[in-house]
Amino acid sequence: MFNQDSLDKYKALDNQMFSLIDAEGKPLDNKWKPELSQEDIVQAYKDLLFERTADQMAVSYQRQGRMFTYPPNLGQEAIHIAAGRVIKEEDWLVPAFRELGAWLAKGVSLKEIFLYFKGNEDGSRFVKAKRMLPVSVPIASQLLHAVGIGYAMNYTGEKAAVFAFVGDGGTSEGDFHEALNFAAVWKVPVVFIVQNNQFAISVPLSMQTRSVNLAVKGIAYNVPSLLVDGNDLFAMYEALSYARRQAMEGKGPFLIEARTFRMGAHTTSDDPTRYRSREEEELWAAKDPLKRLKSYMAAYLNYDFSTEEQLISDYKKTIDLEFAAAENYPEYKLDDVFAYMFQEMPAELKRQKNSLENYLKQTGGAK
Amino acid sequence: MKVMNMVQAINDALDVMLSKDKMVVTYGEDVGVEGGVFRVTEGLQTKHGAQRVFDSPLAESAIAGTALGMAVAGMKPVIEMQFDGFVYPAMNQILSHIARFRNRTRGKFAAPLVIRIPYGGGINALEHHSESPEAYFGHTPGLKVVIPSTPYDAKGLLISAIEDPDPVIYLEPKRIYRAIKQEVPEDYYSIPLGKAKVLSAGEQLTVIAYGAMIREAQKAIAQAKQKGYSVELIDLRSIYPLDRDTIRESVRKTGRVLIVTEAPQSYGPAAELMAIVNEEAFLNLEAPPTRLTGFDTVIPLPLGEKYYLITPGRIFSEIERIIKY
Repeated sequence: MFNQDSLDKYKALDNQMFSLIDAEGKPLDNKWKPELSQEDIVQAYKDLLFERTADQMAVSYQRQGRMFTYPPNLGQEAIHIAAGRVIKEEDWLVPAFRELGAWLAKGVSLKEIFLYFKGNEDGSRFVKAKRMLPVSVPIASQLLHAVGIGYAMNYTGEKAAVFAFVGDGGTSEGDFHEALNFAAVWKVPVVFIVQNNQFAISVPLSMQTRSVNLAVKGIAYNVPSLLVDGNDLFAMYEALSYARRQAMEGKGPFLIEARTFRMGAHTTSDDPTRYRSREEEELWAAKDPLKRLKSYMAAYLNYDFSTEEQLISDYKKTIDLEFAAAENYPEYKLDDVFAYMFQEMPAELKRQKNSLENYLKQTGGAK
Repeated sequence: MKVMNMVQAINDALDVMLSKDKMVVTYGEDVGVEGGVFRVTEGLQTKHGAQRVFDSPLAESAIAGTALGMAVAGMKPVIEMQFDGFVYPAMNQILSHIARFRNRTRGKFAAPLVIRIPYGGGINALEHHSESPEAYFGHTPGLKVVIPSTPYDAKGLLISAIEDPDPVIYLEPKRIYRAIKQEVPEDYYSIPLGKAKVLSAGEQLTVIAYGAMIREAQKAIAQAKQKGYSVELIDLRSIYPLDRDTIRESVRKTGRVLIVTEAPQSYGPAAELMAIVNEEAFLNLEAPPTRLTGFDTVIPLPLGEKYYLITPGRIFSEIERIIKY
């Protein structure tokens, strides 16, 4: 189990990365036993497979013109699945936008995610997901919300942690630094997860920072910080579990740099061939988190992978049903534009709404 | 009843709400031990504890962003931006998140919080200490913008702002923080947001103003009265929501309007008010609607402020010109 000694061993300042299995799925320490049970590992594998399938289908729906811009998750799923297992119902999830598997674990439906990327705010209602904030587009700004929620958890005495995501580019934003500083001063139960996928759209990490890694950015603020192999589901699970335990014990915030690679595009509007090499992509493809997990399972679990094709085929049916539900969602109403600006609609907004309603009435809904 | 100036009235409103609702907290730069640079929060930390009234690290974006997080989690933060010109680093949080959270989540979450900002010129201060940024907030969908002009209103409006289910920008005309004393009830009372107040009735011209400009307008109107002019004065008290009904009623009656704001002219609150006057009372107008505003310049440092700040003399001169039009 990851503990204080492990934290002392994997020093971010020495650029030591916490990893438990190698690229071939072989444990780096032969005495290591996973914290996850065999059933949990199998379920994590299935969840990862589901996330990947849903993600790939989302990209194809977008390509078919049935959805607007979508940010693919390919290559980063181990972080999401590990986080999804660690984040409890009472915990808060403060997302950036590329954490699909963690969202699903929190209770967000694929229908809602598709609806959002089809251009309907109703996709951010998250009807069944408790304590989950919506997508935050302005980079790193959401980390401050997490710190405020953390203050509220301390204030009310609730035993709950806050998990907040940001990308590598986000670590250049002032809000990232303000959030770490406030979190440390206020000693809030917030776990910051930096998904370092090497590129902020097209800008490589080398042009983002001269820091030896991103975890070190927490150290000056006295936030315990750890560099983790983000493509190693076991390492991510153990690091996040440790961070949550620390938060629950009132020890304050924790920062994890999850080192990974975005194997797809930034969004469906992006073309990565413009800014990165095939060699780099191949290097990371060899460290694919799904492949690594399967190699481990093949060697240590005697799991029968012959059902994988059937699993994927079943998943695709489920995902298609969710997409159909998003496509058949009731039409966007004029009311929806105005109804949620304030709890009670001010007279001025009613007046503006009426002017459009009257026009539509007079013209029979013509443009 | 107790005689209070605006600083004491705002302090009293905070005290009342901190006592009434355990989820209310207040923080910002120097808000705790020091009681704020204007002493608005003086004594509140001693009374309500350092978990509820406290100093934050010095970062305005974080003060605003964390307040949103607290509000989402069920708290009622009242944050202070130390000066008007210090709110700009927090604009991303205010415009991109605080104003939009209810809409973004379709009402699942909201941002019921209050941002207090001492604002406006006339106190011989450094740069970034004398600005009138209300147009930025009034222009941002999802925010309410409240501006008191008296101690009595300051207390009642702040209590309403704290109880409001949506985010409220509460601008405090610091120039009159201690200039006006008035009897203020020590208990809880509230004044509804979005309702203007007719401070003096008149027949020939309507002056529309708010905040520190009310006092300047009152001086000008007293002068006008001596000359036999009958001038109505409307204190908006809130620039969003805006009390269209009171403006309509008054201008339809008087047929003449002068709008006085300290904020720069272009695309400012006076422009919005003139548009409303034209929409609501065009056929009743006896003279072109007129605005007397700050210039499209940076507000000068203290030695140049005399040219920028609107004086009772200039207001009177406009009143007379419009009535004689």
